[in-house]
Amino acid sequence: MSDVVFFINLYLIPGLTIGAIYALGAVGISMIFGILRFAHFAHGDLMTIGGYGVLTAVWFIPLHPLLLLPVGIALAICAALAVDRFFYQPLRQLPTIYTVISSFGVALIFRSLAQLFWSSGNQVFIPGVRPPLVLFDTFRISTLHAQVIILTVLIALALHLFLSRSQMGRSMRAVSDEPELAAIAGLDTAKVVRWTWIIGASLAATAGVFAGMDTSMHPNLGWNLLLPMFAAAILGGIGKPMGAIVGGLIIGLAEELVTYPWIGTEPFISPSYKSAIAFLFMVGLLIFRPQGLFKGRLL
Amino acid sequence: MTPILSVKNLTAGYGGASVIENIGLDFAKNEIAVIIGPNGAGKSTLLKTIFALTETSNGSVEFNGQDITGLQTSLLVPLGISAVPQSHNVFPTLTVEENLDIGTYAAPPVNMMAARDKVLTLFPDLADKMNQPAGELSGGQRQMVAMGRALMSDPSLLLLDEPTAGLSPVYLEKIFDLLIDIQKSGVTIIMVEQNAKQALRIADQGHVLVNGQLFKSNAGNALLADDEVRRLFLGGVAA
Repeated sequence: MSDVVFFINLYLIPGLTIGAIYALGAVGISMIFGILRFAHFAHGDLMTIGGYGVLTAVWFIPLHPLLLLPVGIALAICAALAVDRFFYQPLRQLPTIYTVISSFGVALIFRSLAQLFWSSGNQVFIPGVRPPLVLFDTFRISTLHAQVIILTVLIALALHLFLSRSQMGRSMRAVSDEPELAAIAGLDTAKVVRWTWIIGASLAATAGVFAGMDTSMHPNLGWNLLLPMFAAAILGGIGKPMGAIVGGLIIGLAEELVTYPWIGTEPFISPSYKSAIAFLFMVGLLIFRPQGLFKGRLL
Repeated sequence: MTPILSVKNLTAGYGGASVIENIGLDFAKNEIAVIIGPNGAGKSTLLKTIFALTETSNGSVEFNGQDITGLQTSLLVPLGISAVPQSHNVFPTLTVEENLDIGTYAAPPVNMMAARDKVLTLFPDLADKMNQPAGELSGGQRQMVAMGRALMSDPSLLLLDEPTAGLSPVYLEKIFDLLIDIQKSGVTIIMVEQNAKQALRIADQGHVLVNGQLFKSNAGNALLADDEVRRLFLGGVAA
């Protein structure tokens, strides 16, 4: 295997895959921060809930997990709208730190419920080894990785069109820009908030299923991905959903590419340290460019 | 004639403290009414109270005879009231076109293209900036976008909070000329203005607020000629 093929098969594609998962989760974090003005620490666990929704559907309906994605999305949307109604909405008029702390509580509730209903062990969507896709007799790409990358590109495109062309998308950007002016302009901010949860939860559930299929489902799945997703949201610029997608891809690629043997034959950085990359990105950004790449809101 | 807007015994403010007290005013249809007064007189608070952005502790606001006191801000646009705040009056990351279009979202069904044409007739300078983010425009151009957004819903009443604040003299004249054009198109204008002399010149009615209370109301020209108003609020010189 040539160096280029080795690089693409084992580093670039897996990097893009994990980056796509971060990106989908980061979009919700970025949108919620932009519109509701708080860091939603239960977002990773919303991914977990969505993932388990699809896992449960797979037990009862013998279809490919990706075809059952709407089940996980519906479950995550219901969970998000319910926690907003009962946990976050009553705190909306208070300083945002109350809502942030509340989201930590919600994260614990989601994780505990996942353990209660689905056990604390690892569970897989499809047992057994799946053959990779072989392209041009050279590139050996996991089918799931190809599906994740293609679906994420399509989702990013749809999201871009939604935010730039639709009335609701523009209203969401307007509320994110100037909430008081949005109310003065007569925009229905309650509806905008609902749509923020619907889109954020849908993408989180999709990311949860992707992550669960790539490894396995377990109650800490989403929580473990929270840090890189926050790093991606900050990198893209808080309140900039399309920036969050770019941020996710950069963080995912960076995590994988630092383990490539750039010098000699040993990994440049040991894979066991790669999760520190997101942390380094986040600390560096907060110090040197807190508004992110696309001039988002300051934290 | 029934006033388009009536403010009756209005007391309002923020966090339990009253900024305006017992204000009673009637605004006639299709007039330009200007509210002047020193800093801290409660001019902006009066405008914000009409737009339900403050806490009203007493009194009422009626629009075309309908009580709208404390009605949710977002429900006023469908009734035909539009407002332009003094600052933060455009969506900076949205393009000029998107800013304008947002003005129609809460309005009763309007023809978007016709509304946009009408606004661009008033503000032709915006025509070649439609795809530019509003945050990249100059202060005067932003004010035009903000007023354009408010007019897109085809309102019968337009509330303006210091529309000429921070603008160069060129834009200042332009905005006052535009206000007359807007009035001619059938829109009632109530505005708070620091450039009192120029504003009173185009005003049908002027209202002077001092320490949160109504000090004097009269026709714009009459206030310009009023010795006491001139001495206290217009720099003591003849208009």
